[in-house]
Amino acid sequence: MLALYDYLIAPFVEFAFMQRALAGALMLSVSACPVGVFLMLRRMSLTGDAMAHAILPGAAAGFLLYGLQIVPMTLGGLIAGVIVALGAGTVSRLTVQKEDASMAAFYLISLALGVLIVSLRGSNVDLMHVLFGTVLALNNEALTLIGGIAVVTLAALAIFWRALVAECLDPLFLRSVSRLGPPVHFIFLGLVVLNLVGGFQALGTLLSVGLMMLPAAAARFWTSRVGPMCVLAIAIGAVSCISGLLLSYHASLPSGPAIILSAGVIYMVSILAGTRGVLATRVRHASHRTA
Amino acid sequence: MPEASIEFRDLTLGYNSHPAIHHLNGAVAKGSLTAVVGSNGSGKSTLMKGIVGMLKPMAGSVTVAQGTRLAYLPQQSELDRSFPARVVDLVSLGLWPRRGLLGRYRAEDRQAVSDALSAVGLGGFEKRPIDTLSGGQLQRALFARVLVQDADLILLDEPFNAIDARTVADLVMLITRWHGEGRTIMVVVHALDLVRRHFPEALLLARRPVAWGDARKALSAENLLRARQFHEAWDEDAPWCAPEDHHHDHDGHHDHAHGSHAYGATADADRRGAA
Repeated sequence: MLALYDYLIAPFVEFAFMQRALAGALMLSVSACPVGVFLMLRRMSLTGDAMAHAILPGAAAGFLLYGLQIVPMTLGGLIAGVIVALGAGTVSRLTVQKEDASMAAFYLISLALGVLIVSLRGSNVDLMHVLFGTVLALNNEALTLIGGIAVVTLAALAIFWRALVAECLDPLFLRSVSRLGPPVHFIFLGLVVLNLVGGFQALGTLLSVGLMMLPAAAARFWTSRVGPMCVLAIAIGAVSCISGLLLSYHASLPSGPAIILSAGVIYMVSILAGTRGVLATRVRHASHRTA
Repeated sequence: MPEASIEFRDLTLGYNSHPAIHHLNGAVAKGSLTAVVGSNGSGKSTLMKGIVGMLKPMAGSVTVAQGTRLAYLPQQSELDRSFPARVVDLVSLGLWPRRGLLGRYRAEDRQAVSDALSAVGLGGFEKRPIDTLSGGQLQRALFARVLVQDADLILLDEPFNAIDARTVADLVMLITRWHGEGRTIMVVVHALDLVRRHFPEALLLARRPVAWGDARKALSAENLLRARQFHEAWDEDAPWCAPEDHHHDHDGHHDHAHGSHAYGATADADRRGAA
């Protein structure tokens, strides 16, 4: 029993940096995982990835001008993300090009620009920091920022829930009864950017999307309703964060990848064991019902 | 004369400056039940989109009476059947006009949804995920959603496609019931015998309106032949249509809405001959 305490609880009790990391990661889970669920249901899973790359030049510009400071880097990332999201969304709405293609174009331009800006000043270590984050070095500013993002995200999701569901389930219907469709799409993209920016302090630009998508993708195998799916995704995200931080602590692994890999393990297990997973749907039942 | 629910004034709808609906005039009376008939590409769905407001007119106007609650069932639904929702969630979308974004669903709303499901023969399907429904069951569920919307004007675009005879009969009964409740209904239909049996009025389209009025007269052999003679393909070299020509042609017609007369057919046919 004591060993279990030592292994699971003590690190968080004894070390302030572990507490901060836990608080930041849990708030991120609460905020980013439901966003990931909608991203997945709208078949925009890779859009999240593209957006994660897209925020790089903004963060890098902030880094170039102010050094490794959270506020300028966050604001920069936010601006870059919004520009790319709006640009890609506008091109897809005004021209024949679909959003996947315009998004790819915009994010690639953005990514190249970002790497260029980082290389203007930084060493490879700096680049690694921006790309992979440091959940173990979250300061008060970063925690406040993540907390604020979580509050805004949950409020927006609560307010626009019905419109988001309608826009995913039957966009044409929403258009016939309301003008909310297009604004909701952009508000949602805004939430994606916001959560990626919140995540990149802790997990880096490349991995922040992992905490968004993997729990959502795993939750899909367990339930066929949106509400429970979001709750489950949050739970999976939280468990991944805790287990990732512990792994990182005990095995001296980098924390970001440890968290995402934990989520990856849960995803793999869900594919196999989930109620809508491979085993449940592919294994032939010995008997079947009459109707 | 009855009040108009929809008014078309020299309405031209289309894509890339090619008309799909060409100079439509007339009115749909409140409480009428109209079948919209025509071959593929004759502009039926385009007309529906125009009425809903999803497609802006290239010329002219379409006016839906003030305060009309509209329900629209598109032909190519963008419904995502893989979305994790239950039948009751799908049908509850129909509560939007009443409850909007934030209004709480009340007991009477849940009752309305449940009544609608029973009315379309889907009682007991509430908790079924929508990806387990058959095509006919899904169409019944979408009709239930229209029921819940409780609309004054109902637009159904080819609701009977790939639907078995029994379901068609049930859905037609529902449409007849709506008609009896004084709602205005327009339905795009292909089965002409169905139109002759159940629809008082018909609008026969071939990009231009060929005939509009009493269903049996509108679907006369002569009119159908005329409707068949139009060219579906765009003509890239078609001359530009001069708007002033049409105005004086049509002024005489649209004042008295549509009666049981064949609708401005010859004048339009002549003009099309040039294009």
